Amino acid sequence: MSNKFIGQSVKRVEDKRFITGKGRYTDDIVLPGMLHAHFVRSPYAHARVVSVDTAEALAIPGVIAVYTGDDVAAINGVPCGWQVNFRSGETMREPKHPMLIATGDTAKHAGDPVAVIIAETKEIAIDASEAVNVEWEELPAIASPADALKEGAPKVHDQFPDNTAFDWTFGNPIEEVDAAMATAAHTTTLDFINQRVVPNAMEPRAYIGSYDNVSDKYTLYTSTQNPHLIRLLMCAFVLGIPEHKVRVVGPDVGGGFGSKIYHYTEEALVTWASKQLEVPVKWTSDRSEAFLMDAHGRDHVTKAEMGFDADGNIVGLRIKTIANMGAYLSTFAPAVPTYLHGTLLQGLYTTPKINIDMTCVFTHTVAVDAYRGAGRPEATYLLERLMDLAALEMGKDPAQLRFQNFIPAFDGVTQPGYQTQVALQYDSGNYHPVLERGLEMLGYEDFRAAQKEAASTGKLLGVGFSTYVEACGIAPSAVVGSLGARAGLYESAQVRVQPTGKVSVFTGSHSHGQGHETTFVQVVADKLGIPMEDVDLVHGDSDTVAFGMGTYGSRSLAVGGSAIMKSIDKVLEKGAKIAAHKLECAEGDLEYGEGKWTVKGTDKSIGFGDVALTAYVPHVYPAGLEPGLDFSSFYDPANFTYPFGCHIAVVEVDKETGKTTLKRMIAVDDVGNVINPMIVDGQIHGGLAQGIGQAMFEGTIYDENAQLTNGSYMDYCMPRADDLPMFETDRKVTPCPHNPLGVKGAGEAGAIGSTPAVVNAVIDALWSGGHKVKDILMPMTSERVWRAMN
Amino acid sequence: MQINLTVNGKARKAEVEDRTLLVYYLREKLGLTGAHVACDTSSCGACTVHLDGVAVKSCTLLAAQADGCQVTTIEGMANADGTLHPLQAGFKECHGLQCGFCTPGMIMTAADLLKKNPHPSETEIRVALEGNICRCTGYHNIVESILWAAQHSNAPLAADSHLWTNDVVAKEVVETA
Repeated sequence: MSNKFIGQSVKRVEDKRFITGKGRYTDDIVLPGMLHAHFVRSPYAHARVVSVDTAEALAIPGVIAVYTGDDVAAINGVPCGWQVNFRSGETMREPKHPMLIATGDTAKHAGDPVAVIIAETKEIAIDASEAVNVEWEELPAIASPADALKEGAPKVHDQFPDNTAFDWTFGNPIEEVDAAMATAAHTTTLDFINQRVVPNAMEPRAYIGSYDNVSDKYTLYTSTQNPHLIRLLMCAFVLGIPEHKVRVVGPDVGGGFGSKIYHYTEEALVTWASKQLEVPVKWTSDRSEAFLMDAHGRDHVTKAEMGFDADGNIVGLRIKTIANMGAYLSTFAPAVPTYLHGTLLQGLYTTPKINIDMTCVFTHTVAVDAYRGAGRPEATYLLERLMDLAALEMGKDPAQLRFQNFIPAFDGVTQPGYQTQVALQYDSGNYHPVLERGLEMLGYEDFRAAQKEAASTGKLLGVGFSTYVEACGIAPSAVVGSLGARAGLYESAQVRVQPTGKVSVFTGSHSHGQGHETTFVQVVADKLGIPMEDVDLVHGDSDTVAFGMGTYGSRSLAVGGSAIMKSIDKVLEKGAKIAAHKLECAEGDLEYGEGKWTVKGTDKSIGFGDVALTAYVPHVYPAGLEPGLDFSSFYDPANFTYPFGCHIAVVEVDKETGKTTLKRMIAVDDVGNVINPMIVDGQIHGGLAQGIGQAMFEGTIYDENAQLTNGSYMDYCMPRADDLPMFETDRKVTPCPHNPLGVKGAGEAGAIGSTPAVVNAVIDALWSGGHKVKDILMPMTSERVWRAMN
Repeated sequence: MQINLTVNGKARKAEVEDRTLLVYYLREKLGLTGAHVACDTSSCGACTVHLDGVAVKSCTLLAAQADGCQVTTIEGMANADGTLHPLQAGFKECHGLQCGFCTPGMIMTAADLLKKNPHPSETEIRVALEGNICRCTGYHNIVESILWAAQHSNAPLAADSHLWTNDVVAKEVVETA
């Protein structure tokens, strides 16, 4: 079958509504009689609710209801979706995460809600929130994961006195790793912090709960990445309402980056409140609330050691990390530092012995969960920082050190996948070409000459490398189930051929910027040989789409696209039966292409539209065949997919001020087959910006009372247009051997590879000026870089 | 209080609270939801519209301040016949948007730039976008989109004439040109 659209940079179908102001995000939706919610939140990171007086607020005209924690005390908290038990076998500690804090209980991070006002307008609700009198007893608080484990540290949950959610070890037995490390001729050691960052999707979270007392049915509009998952968690675990009585709609969603995967308390609360009041209730977060309430990312404190033999071959890797969970366990939080992090520590290298020791702790901060890359950026940061630092320490070339330690190429078809020391089996990989291409784009030799010259000037030049592999297309249900997931991670798809031959495709994936309405339609149009205009994609509505798992972990095309391919196969298989009947031939005599079935070697054919019409008007029809041409499928992947790539950063550091300028950012990524190169490049660009953001600009700052002191866009620095260069991208293609499209996933790659490349570049610049520093705390502000030189 | 203004070429009269911000007037009273609210601090530019032809952050202006003014929003950028503004076309052509939430503000800011500087350099574009945050694109394709629009705009892009049918000649623009 020829491809007309696959592989082409088709312009996005969805763009028109966004560029004309017609996008429909949750906050744009207005329902008749809709009321507005505003939360009364804890001003303290840790404080007991002594009393809550709502009388004054209730007396304000326009205030319809005020609910406190006591009103919802009998309702379950929002659940965690992944269980990782202690290495001792003790069950993971899972505190209740209530919708509102009840009297006598404690708020466990700044922003933890204690009451909610429901009023006629948002303004009235905000005014009334000022009139709720809460008596607080402030208690000591901690924000840093390292502080959580200190003797006498304030407790987040009284029942868990050591602040530990669980601990975990993974990889080869520690004795074997210790023995391997003991043989090392050189050991590179790095103590570092992978700082806490805030996803900051541009659309603040927004929800509308709407209860209809005639049908006893709820509708929740939510800015989510996975409507069905929200429905399941809210119905079955929080509110205890029948799932078939709840419709969850994720309309246009303004970015997610992980932060809109999770089931949040506000989602359940507006749904619950709409039932109490029998009117729709809307809540839209403001940005200050988003900083306090949206799940954050990263937040690891790590000691990493990598051992090398005298020739520079890696002999072992030993990691000890404390990871911050925040005050509560968010939906996927336990998986992030464990099975999405420890399992990636093989990187691209043949490291024979690997062990990670992980302790996950509670602190008085909002939950930490998956943020673009989720565990894989942390693993890559660790490995790639060690590689460049080891090269500097051993006087070796960082590119050559990588070439020397790369896993040899394997295609996963004629050669088996690569079995790592940390459970995963990579599907296919060919690592030399991405680094070779990166070096070529950089002009490596010329760069080193320029760097030498610059060393005697006021501006130091540095280059940083990062070669990464990630695991995406999550995930085989049986595998993740054995690792603690409380859900399967398949995807659903329905291909509904209409009687006129037009096609509606329903996917359980959810687009919040990734361009599904274009990419998925390219695939369907090509496989069916029909124009793209004849295909529409439907997503984001639990009433119309079969149960699906949503979009995260770079899974939409690899898993959701594969489900669509299964349905297309079923359509073509049944269509061939109908075509054979109409053409009076055997099915085996037919071939499909260009939108028609043709009897091989003849000019006799029947078009897709005619077959579709016949399926719905089955007057002349194969005996025993059901009418209709409409197929659903579920696809559960055989393995994760393993994209990889090479990111190279070039920086200039001003010796006098420490000011660092990112001069070049090169990315050569291998994400398997590519359906729409324009969209894949866009995904890489966005990821690069977020990864660079973590290296250079972003990071939460908590004070000694665990208050976030930079919780606004004025204070939390994200990359702006004039902070970044034009990106230089290229790609290699090593197809995924185990899914029908051969695709691997591109959503997170940019954020996974870029961060260590940028930090490595600054370290390299400093070494070129004689400053042999091992680490600079991210974000690498001018002050921190200057201090590293002075 | 009562305000009288022109929005996307149509005269409007409304009763608003003194404290009503322009962005909420546009979104909630007129249903023009293309202007978005993404921060509380005038930092992100998602709410950018034009007031008398100049890009402003509508979350930082009272509706009352727009009394007597000409307001253009993203909904007023295309021609009446549906022909896209060159910037709208450019954003589509160059994949200058992903989730679309910052896009209206980006386009409105860029339109202001192109009026003042019809053929900006990459650096001039990046500096002009300093007040607008995008979290999806890394800005690369936004810059490309604006360069594309600058190349594909017709003669009316000259600094002293207006860019699109619904806008009005802006006094400030003439002065800065």
